[in-house]
Amino acid sequence: MNSLATTFQHRHAAHCESGAAANLMTHHGAKLSEAMAFGLSSALSFAYLPIIKITGFPLIAYRMPPKFILKGMRKPFQANFRFETFRAPDAGMRRLDELLAQGKVVGLQTSVFWLPYFPEDMRFHFNAHNLLVYGKDGDDYLISDPVTDLPQRCASADLQRARFAKGALAPKGLLYFLEDIGRTDVSADAVKSAIKKTVRIMLGPIPLIGVRGMRMLANQVAKLDTSEHSLNYVGHIVRMQEEIGTGGAGFRFIYAAFLQEAAQITGITELAVLSERLNEIGDGWREFALKAARMIKGREVFEPKKLADMLRAQAESETAFFRVLKTAVA
Amino acid sequence: MDVNDVPQEGNCTLGSHRKALYAKDASGKMVIVPSLGSEVDETVTMQAVHRMQALTDDAKARVLAGQSAPLEYWMCARRMDVALLSQVSGIWQWRIRRHFNPQRFAQLSPRLLARYAEALGLPLEQLKTRP
Repeated sequence: MNSLATTFQHRHAAHCESGAAANLMTHHGAKLSEAMAFGLSSALSFAYLPIIKITGFPLIAYRMPPKFILKGMRKPFQANFRFETFRAPDAGMRRLDELLAQGKVVGLQTSVFWLPYFPEDMRFHFNAHNLLVYGKDGDDYLISDPVTDLPQRCASADLQRARFAKGALAPKGLLYFLEDIGRTDVSADAVKSAIKKTVRIMLGPIPLIGVRGMRMLANQVAKLDTSEHSLNYVGHIVRMQEEIGTGGAGFRFIYAAFLQEAAQITGITELAVLSERLNEIGDGWREFALKAARMIKGREVFEPKKLADMLRAQAESETAFFRVLKTAVA
Repeated sequence: MDVNDVPQEGNCTLGSHRKALYAKDASGKMVIVPSLGSEVDETVTMQAVHRMQALTDDAKARVLAGQSAPLEYWMCARRMDVALLSQVSGIWQWRIRRHFNPQRFAQLSPRLLARYAEALGLPLEQLKTRP
């Protein structure tokens, strides 16, 4: 069976879900940048979740949970998404073929480990990777993976495995598509309320989430000894920041790009200044990553306390930043 | 981050892929810049890869010494740990650990072996072979 959504345009993105959301919305007429999709859905966050383990280490997320960005598209665009999960893999694949035959662009949640076009060293058991399927050619699905610069192909058996991988955040064959869309432009009010929501999340009361989560993580890092396991833990933190989901510097740069666009849409010029400031905070995260990497490579003495102090400094500057952001959109 | 600061040192773990990163161009606008990857990313990814490789090598040595069953080796080779294999296969962790015993493993029913093979995405015969 061959099918193809001919008008679909692949765009390279920093992060899978915001990229998938932006490309899907743009395909349906709402011209949207990745940064706008990310900011409009209030996806920026920080969470330290010791209960959920990824390769034996706590989950450290710099953004909101999977599906959050897609769901965040609903209100600003009056968009109607349909999400479907499947118990039987066969049914999930049949439904995908059916939708492709109707000319739809379909989003999928997949496990990175089973996607053959990923480089070998990047294939870990991470179950919340988003991609779009825009056609089928013989047994191969035509895939727009937002984090790769070019479109990809994937054989149906591999794609099935990736969609029905199990474990933490198991996708259960999740597919989604856009049913209809109410408006195609972004309103200033939507932008403002999205920013307010991000401020609420980052300065919120739960100790594991937002800037409080950063401080919690800093305390954990300060307690580390200098064993191999501790080095792996630190490497894991940096990997979650720079590699998993990417975006660079824990998504701070994407949000800075969003704030620039937000300044234009809302006419609040202060947001452009704040974008600059967030850019610097992002550089702070990169310095943290660099320091950690040097310690891992043995070019510097491994001092967990130093890293903890850097994390605390990041928490401080983000606290100050979000307070100003709050008054800017009030 | 400035456009000129976008890391281009190259990252062997990316293969031929390139990462999109946001950076500030000359006019102060945030734009997407394709990055060849940085040494930082490479360091932490390779650290994780090496850690799993080391676990796999340990398991291999134990299997060859007759102290463990091939199941443990294949689990590590698939970059899984007992907790994840348990979630994927639906077999309790303590049972999986018991099945690492070579004698017990040799007596496993074809049905149970098939569940492991399915979870690890391996042909059944391969699961039984020593690395």
